[in-house]
Amino acid sequence: MKRKFWSLVSLALVLALLLSACGPKATPAPKSIKIAILGPLTGANATFGASNRDGALMAFEEWNAKGGVLGMQIEWVLGDSQCDPKAGADAAKKAIDEDKVKYICGAVCSSESIPISQYANEKHVVQVSGTSTNPKVTVDDAGKVKPFTFRVCFIDPFQGLVMAKFALNNLKAKTAAVVLDVGNDYIKGLAEFFKQAFEAGGGKVVVWESFVKEDTDFSAILAKVKDANPDVFFIPAYYDKVNLIGAQAKQKGIKAALLGGDGWDSADLDRTAADGGYFSNHYSPEDTRPMVVDFVARYKAKYGTVPDALAALGYDAALAILNGIKAAGVDDPDKVAKAIETVKFEGVSGMITFDPLHNPIKSAAILHVTGGAVKFEASVAP
Amino acid sequence: MKKSRFRFLGQSALFWLAVLAVFLVAEWIVMPRMTEFRKVGWIIFPCIMAVIAMGLNLIYGFNGQFSLGQWGFYAIGAYAAADVTYRFAARVTYPVQGIVFRLPPVLQRVIPMAQVELFHFDAGKSALLLGAVLFGGLLAGLISLGFGYIVLLRLGSDYFGIATLGFTVMVQVLLINSDRVLPETKGARGMIGIPQMTSFFWAFIFLIVVVVVMRNIIYSSVGRAVMSVREDEVAAQAMGIDTLRYKVMSFVVGSLFAGLAGGLYAHLYAFLSPLYFDFVKSFDPMIIIVFGGLGNMTGTIIATFLWALTVEGLRIWLPQGFEAWRFVVYPIALLLLMLFRQQGLLGRRELGFLRAPKWPLRKTVAEPIPEAAEAGAPKEGR
Amino acid sequence: MQKTLGRFTLFLRRRWYIALILVLVLLWLLNHARQNPQLFAQFVVDGLRLGFVYALVALGYTMVYGIVRLINFAHGDVFMIGAFTAYYASTRWHWSLIPTMLLAMVVCSFLAVVIERVAYKPLREAPRIAALITAIGVSFFLEYFTALDFVFTPNFISFTPLPIKFQSWDVAGITVSNIMFIVIGVSTFFLVLLYYIVYRTKLGKAMRAVAWDKPTARLMGIDVDWVISFTFALGAALAGVGGMLYVIVYPQVRTFLGVMPGLKSFIAAVFGGIGSIPGAFVGALSIGMIENLCGAYLSSTLRDLIVFAILIAVLLYKPTGLFGETAKEKA
Repeated sequence: MKRKFWSLVSLALVLALLLSACGPKATPAPKSIKIAILGPLTGANATFGASNRDGALMAFEEWNAKGGVLGMQIEWVLGDSQCDPKAGADAAKKAIDEDKVKYICGAVCSSESIPISQYANEKHVVQVSGTSTNPKVTVDDAGKVKPFTFRVCFIDPFQGLVMAKFALNNLKAKTAAVVLDVGNDYIKGLAEFFKQAFEAGGGKVVVWESFVKEDTDFSAILAKVKDANPDVFFIPAYYDKVNLIGAQAKQKGIKAALLGGDGWDSADLDRTAADGGYFSNHYSPEDTRPMVVDFVARYKAKYGTVPDALAALGYDAALAILNGIKAAGVDDPDKVAKAIETVKFEGVSGMITFDPLHNPIKSAAILHVTGGAVKFEASVAP
Repeated sequence: MKKSRFRFLGQSALFWLAVLAVFLVAEWIVMPRMTEFRKVGWIIFPCIMAVIAMGLNLIYGFNGQFSLGQWGFYAIGAYAAADVTYRFAARVTYPVQGIVFRLPPVLQRVIPMAQVELFHFDAGKSALLLGAVLFGGLLAGLISLGFGYIVLLRLGSDYFGIATLGFTVMVQVLLINSDRVLPETKGARGMIGIPQMTSFFWAFIFLIVVVVVMRNIIYSSVGRAVMSVREDEVAAQAMGIDTLRYKVMSFVVGSLFAGLAGGLYAHLYAFLSPLYFDFVKSFDPMIIIVFGGLGNMTGTIIATFLWALTVEGLRIWLPQGFEAWRFVVYPIALLLLMLFRQQGLLGRRELGFLRAPKWPLRKTVAEPIPEAAEAGAPKEGR
Repeated sequence: MQKTLGRFTLFLRRRWYIALILVLVLLWLLNHARQNPQLFAQFVVDGLRLGFVYALVALGYTMVYGIVRLINFAHGDVFMIGAFTAYYASTRWHWSLIPTMLLAMVVCSFLAVVIERVAYKPLREAPRIAALITAIGVSFFLEYFTALDFVFTPNFISFTPLPIKFQSWDVAGITVSNIMFIVIGVSTFFLVLLYYIVYRTKLGKAMRAVAWDKPTARLMGIDVDWVISFTFALGAALAGVGGMLYVIVYPQVRTFLGVMPGLKSFIAAVFGGIGSIPGAFVGALSIGMIENLCGAYLSSTLRDLIVFAILIAVLLYKPTGLFGETAKEKA
């Protein structure tokens, strides 16, 4: 009986070794362009990943219907990065090493895009992010631009400035409370940019409280906010935390207007918890530009819902990659990266061109949460 | 044939040759056929986990102290080592050219590389890595000495486990707030920019050293004392064994191993996040040693590799869309194991090199020395 | 009560440095209270609300440990299932508060009994580590299985609409809400009910007997298996109520909901003396208060650190917790 057990164990081990030896064989010349779509498909920010994927897929399928790019069809691979640095790095590794992609459309959150960009740059894989807004995604700590990483959205210094100006000028706010997640580059960065701009404009940040991703109980923080009685309450978090904080804030009777960033943009944003709030975003589905109207109609026909900014930007990021490949003329990430630097096209969210830091110059839309819906409020140009 | 008296670290020449052989087979024959993702997840990372598991086995399997603190020391070792290399990596470099052998095509069927390089490494960076990892281990050891001594004085079994669980959580919280004191660790946002220096060589070396040290400890009077504490503390004390001393000793040694493993881990993924070192994951090494058999060194090593294969392998083998099922399969396997084979895979049996050495047995009846008997007879000769 | 207070003062008098630390902390708190009394009162009230929710869960941990010496790691996930049940009952079928609560209790009790019969009972004679690993396995399974798309969801869902309409009042500068009263009221009701069951009924006597000495209880004619299952069910019912209350106060459901509250409640149970029912209650209220005051006056990110440091300090001086039984186990 024991012998049998041992032979089974050794068999398992040998099999394991053999299986690993059955690695990738020499790959023949690829017949399709492989692109990975990375984003949080499950977890706290699942709508982000789903929208990003849907937008990108629409772009890929449309181009495939017109013959693909460079005569080859586009093949895609999905990865779930869960808006987390480690999961993002793992998903990128799997896509690059196992699935052998050469281009990445994603990721969504800056906290996952930063480690992904490190790995992608090492492995010479082009990465175009739709919605990662933190400056460190395209520029490393030493200040050098990462040659293979781009984004098609504005960056947080601009976003923080937009919301600060809106608070100071439109809402006539003098004091603000800020609550931020210390574990997230995007949230922390946006909070700091807002604070800088708000105080530069004469305002005063009276409450500055940090929390961690796992926190659900905000009573202590909110009691402090209520006590300080600020004019506005800036919550630059993702929609899942905004739902929690907003609901608890309403429970506490906090009357200050809630402000936020593009992390609010989700169908799962609790409209009652965030009622009366304003947030900055990359586009508004109510925009009357023909490109937008057309996109919204096609997206609605395909998926049945109105596209949010993440879908629009996923679409634009995909377009950036495809246009870059077309301009370069070859399926070679080094050349495509160079090509993308000079590419110029009209995306759903605006005209896409890249500055020396691989960021586009775009304007922001401010959306207002009221009456159970999200409505367009204003547009702010850089 | 007389056995050679050559001993290094207490082991014979044959042993070290076998180690070298395993290393070369893995490094030249198995690993070049694997993708980066599999290499790291199936071979290098399990070596690191095995070190932690061996440490925990010493603390719990052999000494009977239920500790959940391994993960906390793992974190300490990781961050300490990462901090050292982060500061100095750019400055130390001393490349050594080594010897390069071009491989004839015949050999290339087995060793799928164009050439093998011997002693081609960067002496400066290697020394830095070694120093950093040792530093991480020593720091973990020192902290465990302080903490262990205070806690083991008063607490036993379950409560000790709870205290160590508390330690792990406290370490995590401290690391989340670490950017207030050490800004390069970036606190909860995760430390990036750590040089990726852990290769199979380092993980393997540390694993072998830990295995040898463990074996030498266990099969000595120290080891016997340690095990006696597990079996019956009162009886051990009655036999004159200072139980506190051995409890602290095993705790420190086990935690030191965890610290070393942490140092290696930090340089494996080049990214560290305190959210990875949460208490839920601190059960992983516990699960591994129970899986392999408590107090069984070979079992631990085999179990670590099987565990890694399951968790990482399932990620690849499950069809796309079903990746989430691997965390459903894993606990079911665990449950089945506990229900049907509680003593773990190997129970108490050790294999091969880790078997208990055959000490020479004293004969129970003293035999008369032949010469004396002969000399005695003629002398007697009456 | 007198005796405990007496023992405590004696303890303080012997170790003057602890008394000093306690006095300093108290003074620091009182200073803050003096500066802004309404805010301080608000913090205390919120802390109590949190503590009552923890108490419901902590009782489950303490009862199960008392009776089978098992740390039931899956308890936090039973709590999560209760929360999800409340969410679905309230949002899909629009049930009101009491029916939702009853449903959560029933579902959780049933689940706990199933878990006990399938996973824990076969291991009752096995070494404790096996049962512990099994508990961990069950916990993982519940968390990840419910995260599959066809079961619950891997995402974070906002709990709207709540089964009760929210109302709040300002009392002397402090905000109190109907939810808070419901939490405190429901928790107190169940705590009193539990106390009654355990200390005033024959069933409770059987439970205490089994906790004290299983073989002898069997000899006395008690159906030990049934009593153990009932204990699990009772603890789980309370956890179900706790789950419902938790997601009403913090309206977001997700499958990993139970991890942190489970840990905190477990710590609370240990702090108060695991195996002791009043201990779990006191421990939970204390932990809730400490957590909130810490988040208030120190930093939200350092909360867990302080809670665990206090726990370890208490354990060092009284290894079995505040109200714990004096160490019965073999040295």
